[in-house]
Amino acid sequence: MRTRTNYFAGFGSALWLLVVAIPVYVLVSASFQTQQGYSAGGPLALPTTFTLDNYANAFRSGFGLYFINTLVVTFSVIAIVLLLVPPLSYAIVRGQSRMTRGVFQLFLLGLAVPSTAVIVPIFYLISSAGLYDNLLGVILPTAAFALPVCTLILSGSMRDITPELYEAMAVDGASPLRTFFRLVVPLSKGGISTIVVFSALQAWNGFLFPLILTQSESTRMITLGLFNFQTQYGVNVPALLAAVMLSMLPVLLVYLFARRTLVQGLMGMGGK
Amino acid sequence: MGRPGFVWAAPATLFFGLFALVPLVFVVVLSFTTWSGLGDPKFTGLDNWVAIFDDPILIKSLGLTVLFVVLALITQIPLSILLGVWAAGFQRNRAVLSAIYFIPLLLSSAAISVLWRALLDPNFGIPGQLPWLFGDGNLFGKQSSAIGVLTFVAMWQFTPFYTLIFQGAARAIPPVLYQAAQIDGAGTVSQFFNVTLPQLKNSIVTSVILMVVGGLTAFDTVLILTNGGPGTDTTVTPFYMYQKAFRAFDFGQASAIAVVLVLAATAISLVLVRVSGYGKMQSAQDGI
Repeated sequence: MRTRTNYFAGFGSALWLLVVAIPVYVLVSASFQTQQGYSAGGPLALPTTFTLDNYANAFRSGFGLYFINTLVVTFSVIAIVLLLVPPLSYAIVRGQSRMTRGVFQLFLLGLAVPSTAVIVPIFYLISSAGLYDNLLGVILPTAAFALPVCTLILSGSMRDITPELYEAMAVDGASPLRTFFRLVVPLSKGGISTIVVFSALQAWNGFLFPLILTQSESTRMITLGLFNFQTQYGVNVPALLAAVMLSMLPVLLVYLFARRTLVQGLMGMGGK
Repeated sequence: MGRPGFVWAAPATLFFGLFALVPLVFVVVLSFTTWSGLGDPKFTGLDNWVAIFDDPILIKSLGLTVLFVVLALITQIPLSILLGVWAAGFQRNRAVLSAIYFIPLLLSSAAISVLWRALLDPNFGIPGQLPWLFGDGNLFGKQSSAIGVLTFVAMWQFTPFYTLIFQGAARAIPPVLYQAAQIDGAGTVSQFFNVTLPQLKNSIVTSVILMVVGGLTAFDTVLILTNGGPGTDTTVTPFYMYQKAFRAFDFGQASAIAVVLVLAATAISLVLVRVSGYGKMQSAQDGI
């Protein structure tokens, strides 16, 4: 592509590197400092103290429970998505009735529904169903709003399966059910792992639905816990930042071990 | 034989309809009612609609929302195009740096807001250490600096995402276009404006749509960073809707505001897609 060094872009990217790296440095270093050490040196100083107290403190303040709640919601959302999206995408890609085509249009339309805009009716629906302040009440809308993007991603990857393979299955007299499990699912593993990561991120990082649909300590999720920590421990910056570190830990692990899938899952956010 | 019928699509469709499409219709209905969260909503005709357009805070919030969207566009689009095109090169150091640029994407917006609130704390944060740059250090106390903080944090949060989109799009530009430009004697700058930018058009439209829709609907950073303040000076419309609903318990007026936001977001997206003439999802996938 380009042969000459682009000094202008190089300078810009170096500057942006500082903008990204400084907060990350403060985040990591402050979370391991005592409050006194942090206040004395300020955020930008080199750390002079080392402690794990902030992390212990986070767990003492209920972070363990928030972690478990968030895990429960995340895995349930993944389960719902895995149960609903692959059959739906298969029907969209291979179905011939006018109805399945209409369904695809419906989900494309759904892509444009911002979750913020419907928080009042969702609140009404969930409280009428008696699910207010219940993790199930968070799980259901979170999963529902992950569906359009997941459907787009997965039907895209199922379209890559060549028609000849379907025909071969049909010649063998395979039912749709058999075709689905023997051909479609094995050949769309990449797409399936992308939608798993995408829906997991939506659930793990979700803030809106926990904010409006839960209230008590026992149903609190991590993002809401961080928000509460801030009002409670606003002055204890190291304790607060240790909680932020804990909240990103699982995502960081996925990033380290499955970077490509994570990036694809994140790019799915483009549909949101 | 061998083709999946509608029954394969039915469970997902019902589920999605119940939690996304029914609420979308229902929010329109609720906008004509009064409901405080207890009992049943009561129809009040156009009362909410008259009330919200008489509400000076709402009018102010609409102006602020437009301002934030414009600020997001002019800060994030040029920066992410530059970074994306730069990161599209295959040099090793660029791959390493791109991995660092990526870090903000690993944090939830709640975590990002809490982090920046701590970093910019008037007493314990960075502004106190650098008085020559930040003056009295209370960035949350004035409207102009509070708007600056929100714009900057949005830039920090979302630039990596748009950078990835532009990186993918820039890598997809056929090298032959650059070779042709070089033969014509075009320099780096001229190549950027005459080859790269036109080729990125679809990605630019995608990014603009995402920023507009996001700006019209997101309020988590406002809630955590400024709580709409000082006063109502950073109360954007989606945040005002949240306040109306879950702090003032006026769900009817909140629904009317929600309808305004959905209509605005949809209208702007449709106009942008029509003007640029393309479907949006292909390009978002290009970034992968």
